[in-house]
Amino acid sequence: MIAELGHLFAFLALASAMSQAVLGLTTGGETVRRLAVASGMLTLLAFAALIVVFVRLDFSVALVASHSHSLKPILYRVAGAWGNHEGSMLLWCVIMAGYGAVGALTMRADALRDKALGVQGLLTTASLAYLLFASSPFLRLDPAPLDGGGLNPLLQDPALALHPPFLYLGYVGFSFVFSIAAAGLILGRIDRDWARRTRPWALAAWSALTIGISLGAIWAYYELGWGGWWFWDPVENASFMPWLVGAALVHSLIVTQKRGGMAAWTAFLAVLAFCLSILGAFLVRSGVLTSVHAFAVDPERGLLLLIGLAAAGGGAFSLYAWRAPKLMAGPEFDPVSREGALILNNLFLSVAAALVLLGTVLPLFGQAMGVTLSIGEPYFQLTLAPMMAVLLLFLPFAQASTWRKTEIKPLAKRLVLAAGLAFAAGLLAFFLFRQSLWLMFGIVVGAWVVAGVITDFVRRVGAGGVGRMGKLSGSVWGMTIAHVGMGLFVIGAATETAARQDQTFVLLPGEQAEMDGRTFRFDGVREIEGPNYYATEGRITVTRDGKSEVMTPQKRYYPVAGTPTTEVAIRKTPGGDVYVALGDPVREAPGAWRIRISHHPLIDWVFGGAGLIALGGFMALAARRRKEADVKTEAPASSGPTGADRPVGAVA
Amino acid sequence: MRKRSQRLWLIGSAALLVAGATGLAATALKDTVAYFYAPSDLVEKDAVRPGQSARVGGLVEEGSVTKGEGAEIRFRITDGAHAAQVSYNGLLPDLFEEGQGVVAEGKFDASGQLVAQRVLARHDENYMPREVYEALKNKAGAEGADEYQPPKEPTT
Repeated sequence: MIAELGHLFAFLALASAMSQAVLGLTTGGETVRRLAVASGMLTLLAFAALIVVFVRLDFSVALVASHSHSLKPILYRVAGAWGNHEGSMLLWCVIMAGYGAVGALTMRADALRDKALGVQGLLTTASLAYLLFASSPFLRLDPAPLDGGGLNPLLQDPALALHPPFLYLGYVGFSFVFSIAAAGLILGRIDRDWARRTRPWALAAWSALTIGISLGAIWAYYELGWGGWWFWDPVENASFMPWLVGAALVHSLIVTQKRGGMAAWTAFLAVLAFCLSILGAFLVRSGVLTSVHAFAVDPERGLLLLIGLAAAGGGAFSLYAWRAPKLMAGPEFDPVSREGALILNNLFLSVAAALVLLGTVLPLFGQAMGVTLSIGEPYFQLTLAPMMAVLLLFLPFAQASTWRKTEIKPLAKRLVLAAGLAFAAGLLAFFLFRQSLWLMFGIVVGAWVVAGVITDFVRRVGAGGVGRMGKLSGSVWGMTIAHVGMGLFVIGAATETAARQDQTFVLLPGEQAEMDGRTFRFDGVREIEGPNYYATEGRITVTRDGKSEVMTPQKRYYPVAGTPTTEVAIRKTPGGDVYVALGDPVREAPGAWRIRISHHPLIDWVFGGAGLIALGGFMALAARRRKEADVKTEAPASSGPTGADRPVGAVA
Repeated sequence: MRKRSQRLWLIGSAALLVAGATGLAATALKDTVAYFYAPSDLVEKDAVRPGQSARVGGLVEEGSVTKGEGAEIRFRITDGAHAAQVSYNGLLPDLFEEGQGVVAEGKFDASGQLVAQRVLARHDENYMPREVYEALKNKAGAEGADEYQPPKEPTT
């Protein structure tokens, strides 16, 4: 009954989104707004129905039968609703329609809003049609099985339960940025007002994407048992490309908003970010690429997604080709200026995205020509690390630069201290880890970014002291926090990658291994039983400076899915994580086990840095909303295309 | 600065960056692309060169998994016609089993064995690396690969 209700809601949502698209693109008006809210509510109801079906374990629904099980803990019954192709497509629709609904409720009523809601309606219609006709989550089974097939045990994890919602808030969020860009192009209005209204959506989507990607990396780190957090897997790249383009977009939007410049380029990025999101969905779901993430491998669905990509991309880029030449450039500026710096940022980020794209799709072309080749970590490290390093060396200059023209001398003088600190950090790294120049360079770049950004922040605070810190705008805070996060991330990532220690030992009970000043004594294993698994738990006593501690890594076996998983034991220390994984018993030596012991220095800086980047993005977003509210109460008509503040980028 | 020179400057720096990136990508690709081989390819194409990085995929040969020195594990990857010797020092993935699909990534040593840096097995019970499927299809015939039935219970 509930499944049918969900199905019905999804169909009603489809009808609502269709009308939203038609009315939005033609007459516009208040009805469009109501329809957008209705589409959002209806898809949400359909999704709620799916969750209820999953929680109540209604095994007559095919999706529940194949992806849930009565022994599964409640959290994973809920998360199971989106832990599969069909359910995650419904989540995609919910978020897409949801962005439309929030847009309808918060945007100023005018032609731009109506057209944006219309385009969003079109995208939602296509997504819902794909859901209902090619991958419906509500299909029934007859007869119903007594119990389900269970969720892949690797996915039964809190970080991974939240990973898809955040990831989709990110990359589906770019759909609304796409819609506003398409609306702006239809109206020929890519101007300062357009940028001001697009920026919060871009910031929201990009920050959520940052969190989504990080959650996936954290999960990979502790759940896969290899201790790696990024594998340059095609599916990871699929989320990284929209992230890079999104990062370029949130920067170029600043130029368009404040100076009216780079209008055509900003619109291009706004369209591109969502196209890369669809490309990502295609890569993940079609099975064209070999990936450990590949799920729901189905060429037919892949083809439909490819058609969707061609339609959305083709449509938007034709619009773009028609309108872009008529968009005016902003006022003139010197190459050495904030405009120049932000253009440089955009060049680097988009070239980086292109390099990732090349490395991701080249194996596809190889396959078409009969050569199976794989492009892995070394390619991405060799190409992206130098690009990002150069970009980050410019960052402190960019942040301290001024619009139109920047005097480089006083600016450089201010940054001398930061440069000295970075150099000192590099020297320290050199003495600590003699062997690695790579690592030293990473630390210099990271320390330079952190020190440079803080120098700029101190200058902005000025003589006002701590009291003035509260008066700084949220976007200054957001920028500072995000950039510091970037610096910390670079330091963490370079250290973790270059100075990670990792060794596998074969140990009999009572035997010891040594690593990094610690002694690890293997005390044997015991069998334990969890709610829906059995486990073999190893007991390892770690001793350092006379202090002992017990670590208990497990090897779990989930009978429903028939798969074993590794549960590592992690001990946090200020310098990094001690990480112990239990391998297999050694056949040739009864009682002995393979045990992998690793040390991951500064791993928390990697995840913490990424977290700060997302936090910075959200702060800039929150600041904007607050400022907007202030503007509304003080002078309602102060901004807008008809005001004195005439947009510079409007169609001539 | 005039509009025109502004544009020239922009195009110039973009061109420089793109050229740099292209060069970077070309060198990186030349040095780091690992080609995928089925064990038969290694024999037929005479592809084993010491120091060369490669990915080798197929099924773990039954009875070939042995313990080497310390924590080293040695096994052979087979595609039905030929087999390649692999050595790996680390923890095998959870779903690594004799008779199951596997991809080993690493470099060949002087004796022609692949010293693996990474061993990939199935991600879950339904997933078989596509490369392995194709390698088996080419060598053992399509039935060989289609008959591939993942066991529901682990064989100990």
